[in-house]
Amino acid sequence: MPQAQITMEVRRVSDKVSIIDVKGELTAFAEGVLMDAYNQASDGSVRAIILNFEGLEYMNSSGIGLLVTLLIRVNREKQRLLTYGLSDHYRNIFQITRLDDAIGIYDSEEEAVRAADAK
Amino acid sequence: MTAQNPRPEGARQPRDAAHWAHYVEALKVPEGAVGLNVEGRRVVGPLQGFGKMWQKTYRVRLMGASASPAEVVGVWRERFPELSGFGKGFRVPSGGLAPGAAALLGGLSGVMVLYSDEESFTYMTPEGHPFSGWITFSAYEEEDGTTVAQAHLLIRANDPIYELMMPLGLHKAEDSIWQRTLRNLAAYFGANGEVETRVVCVDPRRQWRRYGNIRHNALVLSALHAVTAPLRQLRLRSAG
Repeated sequence: MPQAQITMEVRRVSDKVSIIDVKGELTAFAEGVLMDAYNQASDGSVRAIILNFEGLEYMNSSGIGLLVTLLIRVNREKQRLLTYGLSDHYRNIFQITRLDDAIGIYDSEEEAVRAADAK
Repeated sequence: MTAQNPRPEGARQPRDAAHWAHYVEALKVPEGAVGLNVEGRRVVGPLQGFGKMWQKTYRVRLMGASASPAEVVGVWRERFPELSGFGKGFRVPSGGLAPGAAALLGGLSGVMVLYSDEESFTYMTPEGHPFSGWITFSAYEEEDGTTVAQAHLLIRANDPIYELMMPLGLHKAEDSIWQRTLRNLAAYFGANGEVETRVVCVDPRRQWRRYGNIRHNALVLSALHAVTAPLRQLRLRSAG
């Protein structure tokens, strides 16, 4: 199977909030990288995971599927999933796939962190 | 049915831009087609369904075939009605299975092409379909050079009626369809290979707040439409 063309770095911005900086291509091959990043980002006290998509270069429908399975895991842990850095094109994809029903979309890291801290 | 958004001149688009459907508020079927449970419906993903969420993967290694992933998916897309066994029951729009196109399924429901590239294409279901979710058909090459064809579903039963039907045959019916499709695809390329099936319950919780999806149930609405046909005929006659 081809290698994942993606990197994900985890930053802890507060006790309750972690950010995953996504860079590269979100396809089915990114599953392992995404789940490793989530495991790193999430510990007992984290209540919100923010995905930074400023570095997203490519996403296919399998990549969207990964976000759904991530969301299920996040919800199971009673956490929230938020995003920022989506271009207009990727916002359209979140809209047509109706991911925007369940994943908060924000214009900046500051806004996303504020929303994550709010509840 | 593809909605074309004008792009600003000089704007750099990601290389997946042309592969995705554009957002539409509701599906439209081609003129002249009867799409009772498709026309005006919104598309729904696995987050909008009622039942447990399932991830189903059906895979066949095309051993002995020399076709590339792109060739396999090209044939799959072109011959989808025949390979899936739906035949004329799967009505492809005149523009083909391009992103945003709505295909009708058996007069009962339909699907929208959410995504399509050289090595994969994905359908998304409308309100009222038995499932809310996505199904992706794809092919890839393994390390030994063998091409593998795969159908991957991420779905929930759309409403309580369909959820009740899941253990009563709907699961099995879904498995049969895609296993058959992959066997037909393998046979087309003269390949040997057993279909492997993997089913995972990704979320065992039902979304009870989505019970209202029942109002779009295609089976119920189609049955009501059939039963009330004589009344509509009568109304037409008295109006004429």
